[in-house]
Amino acid sequence: MSPRIPFIDPRYYQIAVLSTLVVYGTTTLGFGIHWENALSIVVVALATQYLGTVLLTRSSFDPLSAIITSLSLTLLFRTDVALLAALAGFIAIASKFVIRVRGKHVFNPANIAIVSLMFSSDRAWISSGQWGSTTISAVLLIGLGLLVLTRAKRAETTIGFLVAFSSLLLARAVWLGDPMSIPLHQLQNGALLVFAFFMISDPKTTPDTATGRWCYAALVAALAYVIQFVFFIPNGAVIALAFAAPLVPLIDLLSKGLHYQWRPSTAISQTSKGVSNA
Amino acid sequence: MRSLVLVSVTLLTFFVGATAQAFCGFYVAKADSELFNEASQVVLVRDGKRTVITMVNDFKGDVSEFAMVVPVPTFIEREQINVGNQAVVDHLDAYTAPRLVEYFDSDPCHRVVYEMAAPSARMDFDEAAVRRQKSLGVTVEASYTVGEYDILILSAKESDGLIRWLNENQYRIPAGAERVIGSYLKQGMRFFVAKVNLEEQQKSGFSNLRPLQVAFESEKFMLPIRLGTLNAKGKQDMYVYTLTRTGRVETTNYRTVRLPSNVELPVHVKGQFGDFYRTMFAKQTELANERGVFLEYAWDMAWCDPCAADPLTADELRSLGVFWLDKPTGNSPRRGMAPQAQNVFVTRLHVRYDAEHFPEDLMLQETGDRENFQGRYIVRHAFEGADTCGMAEEYRASLIERQEREAKMLASLTGWDINDIRAQIPGLPQQVDEPWWKTIWN
Repeated sequence: MSPRIPFIDPRYYQIAVLSTLVVYGTTTLGFGIHWENALSIVVVALATQYLGTVLLTRSSFDPLSAIITSLSLTLLFRTDVALLAALAGFIAIASKFVIRVRGKHVFNPANIAIVSLMFSSDRAWISSGQWGSTTISAVLLIGLGLLVLTRAKRAETTIGFLVAFSSLLLARAVWLGDPMSIPLHQLQNGALLVFAFFMISDPKTTPDTATGRWCYAALVAALAYVIQFVFFIPNGAVIALAFAAPLVPLIDLLSKGLHYQWRPSTAISQTSKGVSNA
Repeated sequence: MRSLVLVSVTLLTFFVGATAQAFCGFYVAKADSELFNEASQVVLVRDGKRTVITMVNDFKGDVSEFAMVVPVPTFIEREQINVGNQAVVDHLDAYTAPRLVEYFDSDPCHRVVYEMAAPSARMDFDEAAVRRQKSLGVTVEASYTVGEYDILILSAKESDGLIRWLNENQYRIPAGAERVIGSYLKQGMRFFVAKVNLEEQQKSGFSNLRPLQVAFESEKFMLPIRLGTLNAKGKQDMYVYTLTRTGRVETTNYRTVRLPSNVELPVHVKGQFGDFYRTMFAKQTELANERGVFLEYAWDMAWCDPCAADPLTADELRSLGVFWLDKPTGNSPRRGMAPQAQNVFVTRLHVRYDAEHFPEDLMLQETGDRENFQGRYIVRHAFEGADTCGMAEEYRASLIERQEREAKMLASLTGWDINDIRAQIPGLPQQVDEPWWKTIWN
């Protein structure tokens, strides 16, 4: 990072973007987001973050990540049971404090909450088709904006995933003799883009080295493809991430790098209970 | 020469009719009640991997002309095929139809009639054809007679072999079919080909073709619509009714949009509900960039409020393939009754599609959403008695306001001219003074 450019925590940008998407989705696209669900998620996630920080770490309370997780959950996770929404907020944040390997949490918080509840309850789902094609280019632009603003730091996962997944879809279309309008249509999926720019990209839960991140992105894309086109389960990417996440510590073992810090000034020594691999 | 043309009709089927001029899908106007040209109906019962599909053949031509080709994900045994009862599908249609509240319109939006005039072109899957099929790499995996239908289950190594076989058996396949059929074959799908057995049909005593039902087990929860778009003249309408155990069904690869509902409209809409509904649907399709799948009804099958028709009985549901119902108890749900645990959730989706806007088959998923939704439109009659108290004046003033609001709502939903609407509302000033700039861009 160039020292002349003042550092702005990229999470502020993420919060702004995700909030905008929540508002737009609710008012214009008819996402059917229940306000009591959104409220339950935010309150429970922040409370869990606070308690976790106070009881389990020596760091100070930082609400930003919990807010991002809450917004991601509000955007992607659907249920008509407010209790399940609250549970999603709890699972997401608690997983950060509980499921850790070598000072790094294993699962993307929103992702593990969504996947675990989708598999354990028939009242929880993802509405991946709800974005409409006009929104897609906007989401894409916003996502690219994020990459630029964060100076493409650790953008390998997003780019790697999108390239690998697109290639697989294109290859499938070529093999089947399908028109290109089909893979293009499959890629114009708002939930997929939100996943690529705001979920798999989470620097805290991706491998520490660039090589590791490229491999990880390709692996998630391959798994997503298998889930969606071999097992015919919708939302392959979101499910794939939950299954691939436990491999991150292994990838980190094989290729050693530095844990990501949201605020560079806090320095490595201050990671919550963390011991850097450096 | 018995030339046959592929007549797109349903989503996953193509009906094979007679000659090109006998193209399916001419709308026979019968009244307001028959709304959509080129529509088809499918009932999908789904729980886990188990699926029962009911396909309605609204075919009114010479039945010897009828044939349809449906991609199916698995081999189909004789017992997996059944001939259903049209009346049950009609009942489901009526139960889920968008409604005008106070009139309990039993059937505002209903199925559509196809007229098909066609010369005779009976198809025979004769022995020579069976011999020929082998050299083309086509395998007739099974052939059954079910009710009035003769059914073949076909698989093939290559699409061109299958297409040549279909051509040699009097199907003339439109351009582009090879690609789609090839894609389905590579995805391991087979083809279910049905034609009418005239002898059986006469014996059955039914003049119309009854719905064909197929039960199968597959991970794929989808409706293959690509074949149906091949030679369609423009857009087609399709109604998909799903019956599931938990909740509403939606598409995962297209936007599922709720139709505007629970709106108050001018009283005269009562006399032109069909027209209103058809225009509103067209307008909403446009607003969704012609890529929306519209939710028209989502409800627990045990009740309704208001009811456009009684809920389906357990026997009717079972005949549609709802296999998880308990043994018949004789107690059928009644109009407007409190919920009874039937564990059947009905979703009615209405899609207007063509190849350009719907390149991919409809992929579906069952959600956990049990929130009820219905297309419900309200008309409120004004009090017509004499004004006998001081409150009446206030009421009359508010009435004008309300009627103006209703007129605007109708205009915005349908795109109809606001002044034409006002002209049909007695007592409402025809020209409301509006700022001059309101009409510049709108």
